[in-house]
Amino acid sequence: METYYNPKDLPKFTDIGKEAPDLAKKFFEYYTSVFKEGELTEREKALIALAVAHTIQCPYCIDAYSNACLEKGSNTAEMTEALHVAVAIRGGASLVHGLQMRKITEEVSM
Amino acid sequence: METVAPTVLELAPFSNVLVEHNLALTRDSATTLQVNVGKLCNLECQHCHVEAGPDRQEVMEKNTIDNVVSFASRCDFEVVDITGGAPELNPNLAYLVSSIYNHVPKLMLRTNLTSLPDKKYDQLINTLSKYKVVIVASLPSVSQLQTDAQRGNGIFEKSLTILKKLNEAGYGCKNSGLELDIVSNPTGAFFPPSQSAAEKRFKSYLDRRWGIEFNNLYVVTNVPLGRFQKWLVKSSNYENYMHKLADSFNPGSIGGVMCRSYVSVSWNGFLYDCDFNQATNLPLGGSKTHVTDLDGPPMLGDPIAVSDHCYSCTAGAGFTCGGSID
Ligand code: SF4
Ligand code: SF4
Repeated sequence: METYYNPKDLPKFTDIGKEAPDLAKKFFEYYTSVFKEGELTEREKALIALAVAHTIQCPYCIDAYSNACLEKGSNTAEMTEALHVAVAIRGGASLVHGLQMRKITEEVSM
Repeated sequence: METVAPTVLELAPFSNVLVEHNLALTRDSATTLQVNVGKLCNLECQHCHVEAGPDRQEVMEKNTIDNVVSFASRCDFEVVDITGGAPELNPNLAYLVSSIYNHVPKLMLRTNLTSLPDKKYDQLINTLSKYKVVIVASLPSVSQLQTDAQRGNGIFEKSLTILKKLNEAGYGCKNSGLELDIVSNPTGAFFPPSQSAAEKRFKSYLDRRWGIEFNNLYVVTNVPLGRFQKWLVKSSNYENYMHKLADSFNPGSIGGVMCRSYVSVSWNGFLYDCDFNQATNLPLGGSKTHVTDLDGPPMLGDPIAVSDHCYSCTAGAGFTCGGSID
């Protein structure tokens, strides 16, 4: 079945440089540097990426960083905890806007 | 053993890729003799290229051990690396260790940490420490779920118990002169992490959680043979895994692959370029040779028999049975 997302498209990511090679070069160099070990390990960065991927709900990134996390030595329990961090922040961000809702309803209510 | 009929892979044969890159896989000096003392094992791990297990009958007997010891005495090996199956289940293991000890500077024993009752481990540890045998213990992951998924329920706990016992005997502890290394391999159809990063993590995690110490960690890639190949096919990962290995071919890894300096001998005394070739019955340099046939080690420049499973040794930084060469 045809779908918008196809796992076989992921390795073609660099094709995006065909129309704007300089920008793509800069982007991919930056991207590669970001994921190199620094103050954080590559494993920790992959866990952050996995959590963010779920927040932006990108199937390509979820595929790439599920595998990357395993290949950097993480396990499913750690990956699940990382997701819960993203979920907590996402949920928390919705919930904290409840303060706006409360302020508005208080303003117009008796 | 029943063989797998993998799907048609459309994969360039490994030998063609060597030719394309103007490379040949030939022998360097043979420094390590790997002795596979048999396919008998208490476990049936999902990633096992040997397809070892409790029902396997192939076990090295005393007369073959004598032939292997005599071969070692004719060669100038630096290391003898004892593997299996579970070598502890071979009743002649202590005999092998004591008789080969005088012919090599370093002895290594690979263990799955779970093949004997605890008390028997105490006796074995005594023997091994007497001969200063380096212990290379398998522990795929610091996660109980991952380890047990690959090796069987309860294996993680039992492994930790024996690692603690080894520490108590001085193995893995500073200045004891008793080396304890760990081998970790992926618990699925993916590549291992970088060896140095994984070693840091294993060291801090095992110490923090269980007070366990060890010397070195080696990461290895799962080789698509035997039970692991069957698992790959069954789980529909075979094609992707093989392509991933082949796509990661690194010509620079060829110089450091294990077979260049290893000779592998099987339970019945036949020689192979490595344990993986042994598992798939691809003899030393392509011709069937018994340990009694050779006056000395294979010669520098001799060809090495290759097949498509060799892609696992040349993927990325290159991972060999001795660990990543990054
Ligand atoms: S991988 Fe090792 S421990 Fe597991 S079944 Fe094979 S020989 Fe036994
Ligand atoms: S599988 Fe064996 S023969 Fe092939 S590259 Fe690896 S060590 Fe060498």
